[in-house]
Amino acid sequence: MTTVRIPPTLREQTGGAAALEADGETVRDLLDDLTGRYPALRDRIYDENELARFVNVYVAGEDVRTREGLETAVNDGSTVILLPAMAGGR
Amino acid sequence: MREHLNEADAPLLVDVRTDRERRVANIPGSVHVPMAEVETRLPEVAPDPSRPIVTFCATGNRSLRILPTLAALGYDDARSMAGGIVAWQALGYPTDSASTLDDERIARYSRHLLIPEVGLEGQQKLLETNILLIGAGGLGSPAALYLAAAGVGRIGIVDDDRVDASNLQRQVLHSTTELGDSKAESARRTIEDLNPDVEVVTYEERLTSENVDRILSEDWELVVDGADNFPTRYLLNDASVWHGIPVVHGSIYRFEGQVTVFKPYEGPCYRCLFPQPPPPELAPSCAEGGVLGVLPGVIGSLQANEALKLALDIGEPLIGRLLLFDALPTRFDEVSIRRDPNCPVCGDNPTITEYIDYADFCGVPA
Repeated sequence: MTTVRIPPTLREQTGGAAALEADGETVRDLLDDLTGRYPALRDRIYDENELARFVNVYVAGEDVRTREGLETAVNDGSTVILLPAMAGGR
Repeated sequence: MREHLNEADAPLLVDVRTDRERRVANIPGSVHVPMAEVETRLPEVAPDPSRPIVTFCATGNRSLRILPTLAALGYDDARSMAGGIVAWQALGYPTDSASTLDDERIARYSRHLLIPEVGLEGQQKLLETNILLIGAGGLGSPAALYLAAAGVGRIGIVDDDRVDASNLQRQVLHSTTELGDSKAESARRTIEDLNPDVEVVTYEERLTSENVDRILSEDWELVVDGADNFPTRYLLNDASVWHGIPVVHGSIYRFEGQVTVFKPYEGPCYRCLFPQPPPPELAPSCAEGGVLGVLPGVIGSLQANEALKLALDIGEPLIGRLLLFDALPTRFDEVSIRRDPNCPVCGDNPTITEYIDYADFCGVPA
């Protein structure tokens, strides 16, 4: 199992959960598992079948776009962070 | 005159300038007695009235004017240095700029002076540092307060907003008595009360493609980004890359914040991190979604920390690292971010080389 951190702007789609356990060997598998259980999440992080440009995904602290994208392997027990841009400053 | 200073019966050099003027340069071996304090303090500093005295100021006017006062105090051999320190420097004589802190400043900054990484030289550097803050709101408030307290010599504030009751839960630069006032002016008052060493420059305007070049050209070395919207953040990013000015970035929402440093070409820029803003419905602002009052205190203070490190050239700045803070579990995470060679602004073959329509780019009404 892998822990996926859910940012505050996507929690409405995950029933308020700030972190979810997911199953899978790649980032795509994990996100498929999550979006299978929380279908509303899909539209918020995907653009067609790829990650939306405004969402970053980090595996063990590295941006998956600098690795193998959605095919980046995820080790059991590692942490995955979903991170959309936030603009707030006030 | 200068040769005479090395002789056994050398005159005592008395600097009658103000504290503020002494920040720039001093003549080694001189003593400081500001004009207004000559009558009370000079007898303590120069108990022997027969010792020759040479007074000086910036250009020689005030030091000449004070001579009758010295004569009245019994100093028979007192003269004024013609041309003052300006002429001294023009002649190429040595000045001392690393020990220009007077007693008052030595007391004020003593906890900095005790740290080897800051010390006298570092404090002097801070007093000569120019930092621009975008926004005097949640993030800008703690950042401005700590930078001012630290003795950053010149602080710019860009904000066109007015103090609203809903701001006071977190925007610690402003107070209840300032409701309705300009935030930039309120910030100026608070900073000047805290530390008169700081020169505050206010810009009561919103950062736009039209004014950003003018504002960034006014000698700012570093920008602290506390903006509250995507168009301003992308505009500031592009401008800072083109002007070569590092940006200390912070953003907040509810219980979570992000901090990083964008140093043009040494690390990624904002567009390398987030090439596109989310559609507005996926990116609520603090005004829409709320924010824990102390959160900007944490994130804005971290921004001040990065700014001070950059100004002092110490430690490891958050370049290429994005720090994430979550106040609920009290957890920090760090992820790596890299400069994108395909970045449209700071990449190897940039495709954006002039300001765009940022409101349109971010899908928001202008």
